Amino acid sequence: MAVLVDEGYQTHPTVQHRFFPYAQNGGTVVAVAGEDFSVVGCDTRLSEGYSILSRDVSKVRKMTKSGLLGCVGFHGDVLTLTKMLDAKMKQYKHTHGKDMSCEAMAQMLSSTLYYRRFFPYWVYNMVAGIDNNGKGCVFSYDPVGSYERETYRACGSASAIIQPLLDNQLGYKNQSNANPAPLTRDRVRTMVRDIFAAASERDIYTGDEVEISVIDANGIDTQRFPLRSD
Amino acid sequence: MSILEYNGASIVAMKGKNCVAIAADKRLGIRFQTVSCDFQKIFPMGKKLFIGLPGLATDVQTFANELKFHTNLYNLSESREISPKVFLSMVSNFLYQRRFGPYFIEPVIAGLDPKTDEPFIASTDLIGCPMVTDDFVVAGTCLEQLYGMCETLYKPDMQPDELFECISQSLLNAQDRDAYSGWGGVVYVIEPNKITKRELKARMD
Repeated sequence: MAVLVDEGYQTHPTVQHRFFPYAQNGGTVVAVAGEDFSVVGCDTRLSEGYSILSRDVSKVRKMTKSGLLGCVGFHGDVLTLTKMLDAKMKQYKHTHGKDMSCEAMAQMLSSTLYYRRFFPYWVYNMVAGIDNNGKGCVFSYDPVGSYERETYRACGSASAIIQPLLDNQLGYKNQSNANPAPLTRDRVRTMVRDIFAAASERDIYTGDEVEISVIDANGIDTQRFPLRSD
Repeated sequence: MSILEYNGASIVAMKGKNCVAIAADKRLGIRFQTVSCDFQKIFPMGKKLFIGLPGLATDVQTFANELKFHTNLYNLSESREISPKVFLSMVSNFLYQRRFGPYFIEPVIAGLDPKTDEPFIASTDLIGCPMVTDDFVVAGTCLEQLYGMCETLYKPDMQPDELFECISQSLLNAQDRDAYSGWGGVVYVIEPNKITKRELKARMD
């Protein structure tokens, strides 16, 4: 006769093996759209659990001469997704004889993500650049392709730490008597740098270095600044 | 979903120059349903001593009553006010007595020493592990948001007015990015010779 043993009282419970196809590799991206420029900041740490896999991984990619893509989340999917996107960008260029605009790239990324609706790329994306009218633009995504054009956004492991700060400092939220100063490249760059310094104090998945790119009509200017490395 | 997040709350305390401030949101909810927008989460425990209790609302009230009872008893038997440091030990001990069936609260303590007026802020976890800091402490459902705000807005040795502005901006912007807390705020600024209570208007969504 088979004896049924209550799982809860067994000393050696049945070990279940299950394949889990995702990992969380951390990282944070912040993007801000200005009048005729946009700024993207991203840390360079790659981690898994309590381990640091690398201190020097760039998670921002140049897609066109005025469009950047920041991706954080599961790095395996980041690599696959960007490989797919690069192929699509190349195909578009050969068909139409020009680079994709930022708006087109944004819609294309959304479709690419939604194509995998029931086995998603575990990636949080952010597209930043200059739009067709020469204005700064930022698009933020969820992993299944829902997207929105915004003026500022933080995504990734320190998003909860950074987003309220952007609301306050760039959106002037909860400031009734504020007179917004015009956004300049230097002001945004300094702000993004300070914000990452604060985030790396409290989020273990953000740190080592921050890579800040300023995109405008003249092209892309990228600088790196050190962060906490513990 | 943790029981600590059942009702929702956010509390922050900050140290300034010869003063401290403690602030809390006012929401009481059951998960995503808001029940009240005037719920008390900060309780006076002495002339210049306050405790903020985020967590399970029933435990907030039970624990606040228990603490008030014991501080009153202390005041009577010792004929003096309890100091914030001693009060922290008391809170820590009460919580650890319930080590294996805890109160689901994460207290934040802010006050001035009754003799020296030295500022003091501290917090504990739900089983009473104390943490004393010399800048700010945060607790509640929008802890991460509060850390982000405080980490950038805080600077040492602020005057009472500046401290009020700093703690209010930290609380309001943090709770606006948290569905569980918000619906107004309350701020106490504690100085050696006066205590100022201010109510903050916030977005009601």
